[in-house]
Parts: sequence; C-alpha cells; structure tokens
Amino acid sequence: MSISNPTVPQTFNASTPLQLISGSVLNEYQLVYETYGQLNADKSNAILVCHALSGDHHVAGIDADGKTGWWDGYIGPGKVIDTDQFFVVCSNNLGGCRGSTGPTTINPQTGKVYGADFPIITCKDWVASQNELRKHLEIDQWAALVGGSMGGMQVMQWAIDYPNRLRHAVVIAAAPKLSAQNIAFNEVARRAIMSDPEFHEGRFLEHNTVPKSGLALARMLGHLTYLSDDMMGSKFGRELREDKLQYNFDVEFQVESYLRYQGEKFATKMNFDANTYLLMTKALDYFDPAADYGHDLSKALANAKAKFLVVSFTSDWRFSPQRSHEIVKALLDNDADVSYAEITSEHGHDAFLLPNAHYEGIFANYMQRVLDDIKTAEVAA
Amino acid sequence: MSTEFKLIADLIAPKSRVLDLGCGDGLLLQHLIKHHQVNGYGMELDAQKTIQAVKNGLNVIQSDLNSYDLSYYFDEDSFDYVIMTQALQVVSRPDKLLEQMLNVGKNCIVTFPNFGYWRNRKQLMFGGKMPETEVLPYHWFDTPNIHMCTFKDFENLCEERHIKVVARTVVNREHQTSLGMRLAPNLLGEVALYQIRKK
Repeated sequence: MSISNPTVPQTFNASTPLQLISGSVLNEYQLVYETYGQLNADKSNAILVCHALSGDHHVAGIDADGKTGWWDGYIGPGKVIDTDQFFVVCSNNLGGCRGSTGPTTINPQTGKVYGADFPIITCKDWVASQNELRKHLEIDQWAALVGGSMGGMQVMQWAIDYPNRLRHAVVIAAAPKLSAQNIAFNEVARRAIMSDPEFHEGRFLEHNTVPKSGLALARMLGHLTYLSDDMMGSKFGRELREDKLQYNFDVEFQVESYLRYQGEKFATKMNFDANTYLLMTKALDYFDPAADYGHDLSKALANAKAKFLVVSFTSDWRFSPQRSHEIVKALLDNDADVSYAEITSEHGHDAFLLPNAHYEGIFANYMQRVLDDIKTAEVAA
Repeated sequence: MSTEFKLIADLIAPKSRVLDLGCGDGLLLQHLIKHHQVNGYGMELDAQKTIQAVKNGLNVIQSDLNSYDLSYYFDEDSFDYVIMTQALQVVSRPDKLLEQMLNVGKNCIVTFPNFGYWRNRKQLMFGGKMPETEVLPYHWFDTPNIHMCTFKDFENLCEERHIKVVARTVVNREHQTSLGMRLAPNLLGEVALYQIRKK
C-alpha cells in the first residue's frame, strides 16, 4: 500500500550562510523536502533518507503529479521503513534541480539563474545543509539515516561529521570512495554533456536551450553501469528489433533501443538539469571521508557512534561487495556495532531499489531494531 | 538451550569478546550476550540464518568461511574466544581456517563429530559402507561434511601445527559424557569440544 494522499513537498529557507568546502559561501539557500508518517512526542522516531544521484525529495507515496516516489517499494505504511512507526524525511540535495537551491534557481545576487555559476558542492556540504534542516525540524537525533549508493555515502559522512545526531546508519550499495574506474565513467558522462553544442559552457538556460543529447548520452552510460551483464543478457540477449540485421547504424539490437529510451526519458521527460548532473557526479568523485584522516577509513570512522547496517549486492560492479567490505572492515577496526549482508541479485547496482526477499528480510529486521531502540529509550525516560 | 551451548557457555569468561563462526540464527551468541555480558560478532553465510540473526539483535557479518577472510576483517588476538560449532568438517581447508581462528582469537573452541566413533567404524568395517548415524545423518554423496576426521586426526594436526589443546570434552549425541568416553574417547566419543590456542 502506498501513502494515499498526494504527498506535498515543503521548503526550508536556511537563515545562516553555508560555508562550502570549495571555499564558496551560499548566503541563502532552500531545501525542498517531504515527510511521511508522524513525529512522536519526544521526536525520537525520525529517519532521514538520503537520495542517490538522480533522486529527489519524493521518496514515497504519490505526489500531486501522480508520480510514485523513487523508493516507494520500501517506504510506506507496513513496509520495510514503516511510516506508521517512523517519521520519514527526505530532502532534495543542494545543487539539485527539483526545488532545492541549485543551478536552475535564481542567484539572489545577480537576479539570474545560477547555471554554470553554481558553486561546486561536496557530500560534506550536503550533510551540513541537511543538519540545518534537522535543527529546523527540532530533531535532536535521527533514529536512523538510510541511503543507497550516493545516499549511502551521505549516511557515512553524517556518522563521521555529526556522530551524536544519529543512532543508526544504514549504508546500502555504497563505497568509501570512488575508484579510478568510477571516476572515469563520471568523466565520460560529463564530457558527453559538455561536448554537446547546446551546452554553451553551462549557460544553456540563458540561451533558451538544453543539451539534451549530451545528457541522454551521460545517462545511457550511467544506466549501463547500474545494470549487470547477466541481467542485460537475460532481459535482452542479442535480440533484434527487426527479424534480421540491417547492416547500418540505426538501432538494431533491443538493448540499444532500451538504453536510448532510458537516456531520452531522462533528458526530456524527467527534465533533469545538465549542470546538476555535472555537480552530482563531481561530488561523488570528491567523496573520500578518509582523506581528512590520513587516508585511513578506520580513523575516519573512529568517532562514529551509530550502529551500522551495511548491505551490498553480488552483481553490483559499480560499487561491488568488495567496496562494502572496506566499510565493514573499518567499522570492525573500531569495534563498532555493525551487521553486513551480501544480497544475491542479478540486478546490479539498481538492486537496492528492487524487491528481494533476503534484502527485505535483513532491512526490515534491522529497522525493527531501530524501532526497539526508540521504545527502550522511551521506557528509560 | 542445547547442552552443547551450555558446555560452551561454561567456558566463556564474562565480558569477553567473542566471534562465533557459522553462528546460524545467533542463539548461542545471544545467550552469551545476555548471561555472560560478552560482546562480539557472528559470521554466517546462509541468507535465512543471517535474517534470523539480525532479528535476534546480533551483529552478524555475512561471510563464507571458505573465503578465509577472518584476518582481513580482524586483527591478531582481537577476540578472547573464537567459537565454531560443527562447521570444521564442512569447510574446504579446515587447517587454514584453524590457523586464522588462532590468529584472531586468543582462545578457540571447536566442536565436531568423531569419524572414529565405534558405530561409524562398525558400519564401515562390517557393512562396508560409509557411516550414517544421527550425528552424521547424510549419504556419502549429499553430505556437507567433506573433511571428516577422528579425534586422533585432529590432535595429530594440532601437534603438527603447534596448536595447544587446552581441554577436550568428549560427549555423546546428547552431549553427556561417561567414564568410558573419557578412557577411550576416539572409540566411544561421538562429538568433541576442543579448547585450543597457539603454543
């Protein structure tokens, strides 16, 4: 069952300037967010969900446009993250293009859209802005932070930067930093966007245009890295659109058609901002919490107080189980409370959004533990 | 609680750090946490069992004991006890796993069935077939027990690899012991609980 009434986004207007890691300052900014469920009397049942690269604040339920939230399969009444029990918050990252301050919003200093002038954002900046939202919501401590992929990285950053502000950290299909291969894929995606003649050095909105083909190409590449070879093999194989080979460069194989469709859907129907794509992939590249601690992830996590659940998927080659092992190892070095599950799935990186009995079993039972902790705290109080 | 668990629990000092290999649903560890105030981790490969272990409130790391990653995850002597019940015989290289256990744990506790138990010997000697008993309830072709050994084999390995046998408790399938089992363990014992450590 989904949340029945259309969910309504809210806006938080930050009153204090945000000093960014890049050196720039955002004097004023907005975060758009949605909430689901009820905050309890002592505000101990709040969960912050951090979104992945192309996600936004609409994580569950159906919005006014009839769109279902990106993680609706796991968040809602009676679901893994049960909104009958938890108060779920999901905010749209800074630099995004769905309402939070980003390249498509007006720069108050110039009165024009930020476009290419929007400063470089890092994961630490996101977490700092989300912490302002926490203060605004008057939540002393999140019961849990939950995120997959880039969302999982934000969860890790939270546990390091604000150790007293969360009790549980659920890190799904993530990595402690990007590999050279990951960065290389991001760079090709960025080059695809920047090489589009409609890009105009990021000032495409002023030129009343959009680098659609570059964005579609970037998304095709990204999408390809989210899937597994096995999954593509079983879904498409070498199936042709027509009965026989045409010996030309039109779309001949079904997998080509599928990828083009995904790219075009992203660039046109979803209307995702090209500058946002550049910013988000750059933030991913920069993410390396261990760098501030002598490149020692164990040291980076030494101050973390949260209890962790780490989850990986066997066919995820973008952030393979091996990358999750690194996180688990660093937590074990600190004698942290951590559980780790390696889920068998053929769906690649995307598996964290899809139904899977083992995944749901682990995740739901872990969320029950989060709930038990809230109840124990209530009894103690 | 099973008698085997009780035998193990009696060996564990309160507030120890414990690693339970092949922890299953984690009931042993849960018991040790509750009654002996230990802390630690379970390792388990099976998906259903890891779900149960999470349900039972444990820190469980999903891992295949055949990947021999104990030394990847844990430093030398980081546990007071490393426990492994009835799993030694199912791994591909018991000697390697023992080595890793002894590396990350100051003390190790292992239990395994004795292939030299007289009923097994009888089936092989007179029946001319691989033993099938309550403790070893499999056919030769579908058994997970790929490295069966006798108590004598195990102790020989310990001797060879400089592993100190601190204590040995030999029991029957109900985990009871008798004078006979103490006198002729390799013939009369069905299951043994070994406490071992580095020499």
